[in-house]
Formats: sequence, C-alpha cells, structure tokens
Amino acid sequence: MLDPRRAAVDARLEGVKRIVAVTGGKGGIGKSFVSSALALASARAGRATGLLDLDFTSPSDHVILGFETGFPTEEFGIDPADHHGIRCMSIAHFAGDAPVPMRGDDVTNALLELLAITRWKELDLLVIDMPPGIGDAALDAMRLLGRAEYVVVAGSSRVVLESVRRTVRLLQDVRVPILGIVENMRRKEDDGVRRLAEAQGLPVLGTVDFDETLEDALGDLDRLAATTAVRSLAAALLPVVFPAGR
Amino acid sequence: MHEFALAESVVRATLQTAESEGMTAVTRVVVQVGELQQIKKDVFEFALKQVHSDDPRLADTVLVVEIVPARFSCRVCEHGFTLAETGEHDADAKEAIHFVPELAHAFMRCPACGSPDFEVAEGRGVGIASIEGERPDA
Ligand SMILES: Nc1ncnc2c1ncn2[C@@H]1O[C@H](COP(=O)(O)OP(=O)(O)OP(=O)(O)O)[C@@H](O)[C@H]1O
Ligand SMILES: [Mg+2]
Ligand SMILES: [Zn+2]
Repeated sequence: MLDPRRAAVDARLEGVKRIVAVTGGKGGIGKSFVSSALALASARAGRATGLLDLDFTSPSDHVILGFETGFPTEEFGIDPADHHGIRCMSIAHFAGDAPVPMRGDDVTNALLELLAITRWKELDLLVIDMPPGIGDAALDAMRLLGRAEYVVVAGSSRVVLESVRRTVRLLQDVRVPILGIVENMRRKEDDGVRRLAEAQGLPVLGTVDFDETLEDALGDLDRLAATTAVRSLAAALLPVVFPAGR
Repeated sequence: MHEFALAESVVRATLQTAESEGMTAVTRVVVQVGELQQIKKDVFEFALKQVHSDDPRLADTVLVVEIVPARFSCRVCEHGFTLAETGEHDADAKEAIHFVPELAHAFMRCPACGSPDFEVAEGRGVGIASIEGERPDA
C-alpha cells in the first residue's frame, strides 16, 4: 500500500535551503549541545533557522535553549514554535515530560508522522539533532532526510573514538554527505580526533573545549550565546554552513 | 495525523501516481486510515476540498475513506485490546495522539497489566489502497 506521508515529507522540506544533521559516536558526546548552539548562532546571524529534535527517548534541545513545550499551533499542519528566531520542533511538544517507550515500527511511524505534519516553510537552515546510535531511529532519519549533510561530534577518549569510527563508516556506507567532525568537550591537548579524521578523509571543522560555565547558562539564550563553548562552535560551523557570499 | 497534512499528502501521492501511470483522469481513490490516527472524517473531507489542487485530473475523483479499527496486543501479558478498552483520555493525550499516534505509548496502558509496551497490531498509519483512473490507451 502506498504511504502518502512519504510524498508529504519532501513537500514539507521544499522551502528549506540547507539541512544539517548532527550525529555522533556516543551518547552524551554533545550532539544536542552542538545542534542547539548551531541553531542559536545561525538565528543570531540573521538566518531563518529551524531546529528539529529527533531524539524521542531523551529530547534535550528544549532544555538547552529553554523553549516551552506546549502544543504548537495548527495551521494546515503544525507550525513549529518560534523561540527568538529559532523555529523549534520536538516530541516534547506533544509528550510533555512523559516517557515515550517505542519500538522499531513505532519509531518509524512517529518519525514519518512528525516530518509529514511539520510546516517549516522558508528556512535558510534546518538543524537536525539526530537520534543517538545507529538503530531504527537513526537509519529511518537518514533514509527520510535525503538532502541532509552530516556533522559528526567526537571526543578524544579512545572509547568515544572507537564508536565515532563506526558511525562515520555507516554514514559513508549509506552514502550521505559528511561535512566533517567537531571535537567537543576537550579537556586536554590530544590529537586522537585529528588522526581519526585524517584516516577517514574528513576535515576537523573545529574544537570546543569543555566549558565550566555552560551548565549555568542553559535555558538562557543571551548567556548561552556568550559562552566560550557556543562561540567556538559558531566559529567552527557557521563558515561551513554559510560560506562567504551565500 | 493532522487532517490537512493528510489531505495534502493524499493529493500529492495521487497526482504522482497519475503522472507515472499516464492517467488523464483519476476516477476513484481509496484511502485507509488507522483508527489510531484519530482522523475526523468530515474535517478530512473539508480539508481535501481546501487543498484540492485545481488539477483537472482530480475534478471528478470519488474519494473513499475507510477507517481501520485499532487492535493492540500487550507484549508483557499478551492481552489483546481495542482503543475503546483503554478508557477515557484527557484532552491533551487525545490531541497528542491525534498529531503523532505513536504517542499512544506515552498516554495509553494495557488494560490488563498497565504496561505501555504494547504492539499496535492493526489500525495505525495511512495508506492509499487503490488509485483508479482513465488512460488514453485503455
Ligand atoms: N563543550 C561543552 N562543555 C561543557 N559541557 C558540555 C559541552 N558540550 C556538552 N556539554 C554538556 O554535556 C552534557 C551532554 O551533552 P548533550 O546532551 O549535548 O549530549 P548528547 O550527545 O546529545 O547526548 P544524548 O546521546 O543523550 O543525546 C550536557 O549536560 C551538556 O550541557
Ligand atoms: Mg541529545
Ligand atoms: Zn499487559
């Protein structure tokens, strides 16, 4: 049977100039921080920006950026809530703080549904906070978001590098474009990430040091934008996402 | 699913099929909608009129909407149940399930053992069961 939602997904993304999906090798590596910081920096640079949190298990972007999670408004579908210039969508808008235990088929359907009903309209950039891991949720997102370009968040621990390597290989196997790697939460000088990137033929787009001040700035956009972590992330990614003159 | 989004999806998918199969007119489309989608038929039909493209191939299309009853099966205790058997839900839960039906797992429980780990065996999602039309060579 033909699923009409497939046709709707592409239509919903028609007005979006660029889709950047943020993924990473390991839980807690900073995917949500990087996604939220990129969206914040993009909006502050005057770009029409959207942020889609696809982590159904532990949505986090609303905590990082401090957006409300009430029902979004309806208008021929769902209108993502505008939060100081960032148009945000998250499962938390519908589930509140209730856990949403879902298995494979549920995940596929929920993702399809969310992508089919959300009207992003015209955007310069849509940032996707990808589901963690390489299971159903991540695979479905890769399949449905055909135009997305990937940023891989890494850390220098050998435990993290091991799993970043697998993630990169998967992205290469499914033939999606990879913009490069961002090293996050660096605590000391180390060239593990750079060596991994070289071996995979990918650029290191930037390095973000562990920032003690980040926790207290969560939920407050002005304070967040002023943190060293957000500023170095912005310096690493904005020139890649919006090359000069574009 | 949101009725307008669904209506738009159906119109798009139908036109894509008409295009690829060289139909000059679409005569009949059968859409099956899972009960869990909580689609209001009248709103959906109204939405279809609103988003109805002025494509001449859709001018005389008969649209049939069939609601497929939802059936659940608990993965913990194997109890089978229907949507009605999960009891009354508050407005927010209903609204959430309407937008993203899989949120049933956040708001509904197995009536026998209380687990949210149940399978939606039937009656979710949307599908176009058939698209009939006229072809010039037929
Ligand atoms: N550069 C940084 N400096 C300090 N703290 C950071 C930095 N980056 C992220 N954090 C913090 O680390 C924690 C984990 O980050 P985050 O939630 O972004 O990871 P994640 O990869 O999205 O996790 P998950 O796999 O659960 O989705 C958060 O508390 C976040 O605020
Ligand atoms: Mg996260
Ligand atoms: Zn049960």
